[in-house]
Amino acid sequence: MIKIQNLHKAFGKNTVLNGIDLHIKKGGRITAVLGPNGSGKTTLIKCILGMVIPNTGNIQIQGKTIAGQWQYRKAIDYLPQIAQFPENLTVRELITMIKDIRQAPAQDDKLIQLFGLENYLDERLINLSGGTKQKVNLTLAFMYDSPLVILDEPTSGLDPVAMVRLRALIREEKQAGKTIMITTHIMSFVEEIADDIVFLLDGKIYFQGPIQALQEQQQETNLERAIASILDQKTSSLSTHALTS
Amino acid sequence: MKKILKYTLFDLLRSRWNYIYFGFYLIFTTSLLMLSGDVSTVIISLMNVILILCPLIATIFGVMYAYNSREFTVLLLAQPIRRSAIFWGQYFGLALSLSLCLLLGIGLPFLYYGLSSSGAAWEFLTLLGNGLLLTFIFSGLAFLIALRNDNKIRGFGLAILTWLFFAVVYDGIVLLLLLFFRDYPLENAALGLSILNPIDLSRILILLKLDISALMGYTGAVFQKFFGTLWGTIVTLLSLGLWVLIPVLSIRMIAKRKDF
Amino acid sequence: MRILVIGLCCMISVLAVQAKTITVCPSCSTPTIQKAIDQAVSGDEILVKAGTYQESGLTITCPLVLRGEGMPVIDGQRKGEILIIAADSVTVTGLEFQNAGVSHISDLAAIRVKRHDYFTVTNNRVINAFFGIYIENGKHGTIKNNVLLGRANNEMDSGNAIHCWYAENLTISDNLVRRYRDGIYLEFVNKSIIADNLSEFNIRYGLHFMFSNDNSYTCNTFYDNGAGVAVMFSKNISMTENLFAQNWGRSSYGLLLKEIYDAEIIDNVFQKNTIGILLEGSTRLNYQNNNFVRNGWAIQMSGGCLDNHFTKNNFTNNSLDLVVNSRVNNNTFNGNYWGEYTGYDLDHDGLGDVPHRPMKLFSHVLTEAPEAIILLRSFFVDLINFSEKVSPIFTPENVLDEAPLMQIVK
Repeated sequence: MIKIQNLHKAFGKNTVLNGIDLHIKKGGRITAVLGPNGSGKTTLIKCILGMVIPNTGNIQIQGKTIAGQWQYRKAIDYLPQIAQFPENLTVRELITMIKDIRQAPAQDDKLIQLFGLENYLDERLINLSGGTKQKVNLTLAFMYDSPLVILDEPTSGLDPVAMVRLRALIREEKQAGKTIMITTHIMSFVEEIADDIVFLLDGKIYFQGPIQALQEQQQETNLERAIASILDQKTSSLSTHALTS
Repeated sequence: MKKILKYTLFDLLRSRWNYIYFGFYLIFTTSLLMLSGDVSTVIISLMNVILILCPLIATIFGVMYAYNSREFTVLLLAQPIRRSAIFWGQYFGLALSLSLCLLLGIGLPFLYYGLSSSGAAWEFLTLLGNGLLLTFIFSGLAFLIALRNDNKIRGFGLAILTWLFFAVVYDGIVLLLLLFFRDYPLENAALGLSILNPIDLSRILILLKLDISALMGYTGAVFQKFFGTLWGTIVTLLSLGLWVLIPVLSIRMIAKRKDF
Repeated sequence: MRILVIGLCCMISVLAVQAKTITVCPSCSTPTIQKAIDQAVSGDEILVKAGTYQESGLTITCPLVLRGEGMPVIDGQRKGEILIIAADSVTVTGLEFQNAGVSHISDLAAIRVKRHDYFTVTNNRVINAFFGIYIENGKHGTIKNNVLLGRANNEMDSGNAIHCWYAENLTISDNLVRRYRDGIYLEFVNKSIIADNLSEFNIRYGLHFMFSNDNSYTCNTFYDNGAGVAVMFSKNISMTENLFAQNWGRSSYGLLLKEIYDAEIIDNVFQKNTIGILLEGSTRLNYQNNNFVRNGWAIQMSGGCLDNHFTKNNFTNNSLDLVVNSRVNNNTFNGNYWGEYTGYDLDHDGLGDVPHRPMKLFSHVLTEAPEAIILLRSFFVDLINFSEKVSPIFTPENVLDEAPLMQIVK
């Protein structure tokens, strides 16, 4: 589904991705991209979406190189981290707009119902609360039946009821055989929902594989502690490196 | 591009700022027409306002809109659509909405007061055309600045400086040059310098329509002679055309390579 | 001597009870005007019937009336002058003069009055002449209701429509003069009145005074000439109720005043001229109730102008109202209406409470660098004008209107 080879990206002097090789196979699994702030999670996702243009490296989606292309994004649903929309459009117009752009069958009615947005359809987006905006955001992301779903911090700003529904939705998508990528800070959410983990640190992949493998490798039953122990090893190796040099 | 343009226009046409901008032109033009029955006088007063305001508002709105819609742009970027289509759509949407404000804001009062009978239709159209061109040019420049600068404060400052440069500073430099080299024949230099600045060029084109240059003696006659010829018209249109085109093409160039 | 001549004329007219009318027509016994003139004695009338007469060098040497009926045409065929009046009390009326000669050595005219007085030239048409009507040393003449149409292209190859040299007590009125070098030219002409003429499309001046004193011109229109009116080296000229319009071009003006003294300029309209009035070395002039509308510069004042007083004039929509190119002057600008005045009138006496400075910094800049005109009405120029207005540095401080009017003078 996604094949990334030797991906490098630097913003100015700041190297964000430093040789990423990643292969996510097709269908039915949820991959969580984890890592501390600034480890390159968002940049990696943006590279896949074509928003960030890598310095070197190759990304293939469904077997096709994406550099300079845009049609491949028909196969992707994306949920951005921050939900900001044109202030003076109504929810209905926004949904129509995205449908207009994608020109593909959409299941917006179902999602509107699911998130209880019926009463907001004719509200301007400037008048919506952050949580409602996030629900609109989710609706836009899940409207389509695309084989690849990328969610950037999907849980932020959601009330518990919506969280429950979101989980159900993600599982449903998984059942439908889609490839799903998620970035999040909430480990319990990852533990609950993800199958595989990609752990990024300093622009490199430190770990890739199923959650259980990580837990075994770090000899921790808890995911959060497993992650923490990776970070501990990293800092101690750094300090010994500093001492020896 | 058309789709993005359409929804950008939907969005902006409902913006309160757009109404304020439209309302300003409407009230200003109406009161001018009521105070002075003389259409040519009104056109001169309007010219002074349009030459300052159109670029300024286009610059500020352009930068503001480009920064405000950044997150939404990111969402759009994830959709199966060309990058240039997104930015061109947004740019043309903005420029068109501002143009509509100008067109209706000064057009309606003139229509109401009977433009066709006044015989100043041509002057009015020149004024309007230049206002529209300036709107397109400066919102394009603003978009460009916003695209090139991720730091909002810096981008905003740069945009205002750009406006200030073309609206005020440039003329100051031209005047200093003319005074400094006054012992040389400078008609052609003065002409060349004004053609390079779209605000100056617009001002001269409107003044020429108002016959003022003919009033201004020898040098005025030289300028009118230039702008009256085919060659002068070509150069003028070329310059204004380039001023519209360069930002539009640069937007595409930068959008192509930019990381979001 | 003159009394004797007048007396003689009277005697002749009294005596000539049987003063005869000689009729000229192509088929008559007198088919040419020359023949009629040869036959005529003092007091006779020559009546010219409609038709074309190819004649030139006609010289009238005794008082008589030459009258055209049905606008007969005298075609000079470019052979020198057509009609020379060399007697007192001659009347020429109702004739059309065509194709007088052109010369680069002498000033050939269609009608010349030569050293005689009491002439009347009315209701004639002069088409295509070098000089139209030429008064060479004549007094007490009337030139009225004539139409003079030229086709002047440049100053060198053209003459003046009505040219007066050494004359007195002339009345020049209701004439139309078009496309000559000067419409009406007066040199050493005194005590004359120029009224109700229309002078347009002349290459140099619509009306031109040189060394001519005690004259007045009123109710004339000067339209689209190289310059409307030039008054030079003259004294006591009254200029009232004239319209100076559309006189524009490289160095064009409505009215040029050069080395003149004691003039009244009242109730005139200056409209769309490159420069409304250009003054050089002019002293003791009063300007009242004039309208300056839409000129490039309403008034340009060069050095050596003293005691010019402007009151109750309207300055509206001029690109620039005033340029004064000298620091020392005692000219005043009190009680005018300035369209650009931005002051207020708290005591409601009709006069602004703050003085108005009609001379802008940009006017000053233009005298230094004329090309800067390309910056006219730009924001930057407005800024420097404003700052100069607040604290004058470059413009003469005493050029100001202490009591600007709040309302336009009707």
